[in-house]
Amino acid sequence: MSLRRPAKEQPESFEFNSSSLEAVNKIISNYPKDKQQSAVMALLYIAQRQNDNWIPLAAMKYIGKFLNMPYIQVYEVATFYSMYNLSPVGKHFIQVCTTTPCMIRGANQLVEACKEKISENELELSKDNKCSWMEVECLGACVNAPMMQINDDYYEDLDKKKTLEILEKILKGESPKPGSYRGRVNNAPENSRKTLMDLKNA
Amino acid sequence: MLKDQDRIFQNLYNDKGFDVASSQKRGDWVNTKEITDKGRNWIIEEIKTSQLRGRGGAGFPTGLKWSFAPKELGSRPHYLVINADESEPGTCKDRDILRFEPHKLIEGCLIASYAVQAHVCYIYIRGEYFIEGQKLQSAIDEAYEKKLLGKNAASTGWDLDIYIHYGAGAYICGEETALLESIEGKKGLPRLKPPFPALIGLYGCPTIINNVETIAVVPTILRKGGKWFASLGREKNTGTKIFCISGNVNNPCNVEEEMSISLKELIEVHAGGVIGGWDNLQAVIPGGSSMPLIPKDKCETLNMDFDSLMDEKSGLGTAGVVVINKDQDIIKCMARIARFYKHESCGQCTPCREGSGWMWRMLERMAKGEASRDEIDMLGDVTNQIAGHTICAFGEGSSWPVQGLLRHFSSEIKRRNKFDPIVKDRKDLPYLVDQHLLDKNA
Repeated sequence: MSLRRPAKEQPESFEFNSSSLEAVNKIISNYPKDKQQSAVMALLYIAQRQNDNWIPLAAMKYIGKFLNMPYIQVYEVATFYSMYNLSPVGKHFIQVCTTTPCMIRGANQLVEACKEKISENELELSKDNKCSWMEVECLGACVNAPMMQINDDYYEDLDKKKTLEILEKILKGESPKPGSYRGRVNNAPENSRKTLMDLKNA
Repeated sequence: MLKDQDRIFQNLYNDKGFDVASSQKRGDWVNTKEITDKGRNWIIEEIKTSQLRGRGGAGFPTGLKWSFAPKELGSRPHYLVINADESEPGTCKDRDILRFEPHKLIEGCLIASYAVQAHVCYIYIRGEYFIEGQKLQSAIDEAYEKKLLGKNAASTGWDLDIYIHYGAGAYICGEETALLESIEGKKGLPRLKPPFPALIGLYGCPTIINNVETIAVVPTILRKGGKWFASLGREKNTGTKIFCISGNVNNPCNVEEEMSISLKELIEVHAGGVIGGWDNLQAVIPGGSSMPLIPKDKCETLNMDFDSLMDEKSGLGTAGVVVINKDQDIIKCMARIARFYKHESCGQCTPCREGSGWMWRMLERMAKGEASRDEIDMLGDVTNQIAGHTICAFGEGSSWPVQGLLRHFSSEIKRRNKFDPIVKDRKDLPYLVDQHLLDKNA
């Protein structure tokens, strides 16, 4: 288990804006009529997106009322799952996978790059308050190790130099291209492809 | 090597596009109606003939699982739930199916829903796969547009709605009952079994839960016949499987191969060999991080299937092969896996919640050579206290890799950790597991 604490400074109130409400109503209709509680995870995501990548306590209370469920249950869910950020993380949130398959291919270099470019410690905002980074557990792109996730996008097959370049671009406000940074085709072996050859570059 | 025409996932590397039109060219959605017209029993029997075993890790026979669903639709609706919460370190096969073969999955959902009489199907995708989820959603939208889903889906006369539910970074939600809890909007804490989900599952209704890969191979099996699938691989370990080869190999990759392929062929032929040559191999984790590692001398002759790996006291799991060469510190690698489990334990059962942290701290100390001689036995003892004493299989999953390390590399641990525990000299100290705290100040 990991320790997760809500931020000390919390905004007074929270409400969904109109585009969020539209998404919320669509999500709730995915579940049976009296089971709207199922939508709580999706609603927390929507709140997180609306509120610059983190969820204040006010949003949990609001969602509880919205779905007609106790606040404590929303709080339980928000603190249980690690992708809900309970304190501000910066507009660009960088997650570096350091689990064994990435570790043995040099994930520590990515961590070094983040320390150099963003901040000395995890979950600490960069100087311009736009970025933060953290080490996370397996992100499920092990054959493209080492890799990191910036907001929704995966950046794969990295090393220290490439990571520094990507972070440089992020800090400048550009959006670097996601995917493999060794120019390979998705998850295909680079030089030794022996399968599905007649389809290659079809 | 498996012939290309026997590969089920023809678009594994996205050479041909993943929209409906190009999927149809590869044979998806061509005669779905003909398949469902043959009836539920035929479908389930054919899957039983194929001897398909679940691809999510446990390897439970799929046909048997489907036959557990109540034969008659009662007052409660049935549900089909697809487990796409792929979080096992070393595994990234479902991601490619979601991205590049979504229509195999959607068609599989329709056929499976028909077989178990479900009108609603939830696909539980891990939250990190947001982009993959979007791609699947667009494939689902396209299927609705082409009348392949919804009322009278693909003119089979069966109504089916598919919804995506995103997880939020909890490994434990890959456990089927924790996944159901998560869909119900609660913390992902596994439920006690029985009752099994096939009778009391999502919202208390009969629910069949399958892995993405299991469902995605179903349409092809039914088209080519269960006998064809059973002719690949060997008895009870049939068919094809996507292997993910990661770690210290020259060309890490995903590849679909025949079950029972030799590990050496997988590494040498498909992944371009071990970095530094075969002699530089130290150990292989054959099936995702939960499975005990296998040292080099056994890797020479090892076949990759459920039963042969079971004989080696390991398992095929999700077929995520992590290759570790001699440049790596094997104790450190396992300590990192133990840290993963410490982080991901849901905290419901005490042995797992506390024990996973103990294992991690002890292994970290062992990697640094700070543990005492008799902590090696103590670590083995801790793993035995966890495995089999928890609600779900997470207890086994977290302790097996440590047991594997102790089984095959205990000489390495002993070499590094030689001193006697401090209590032997200082009789006034209580014997603590965390005695390194005392060591520093002693």
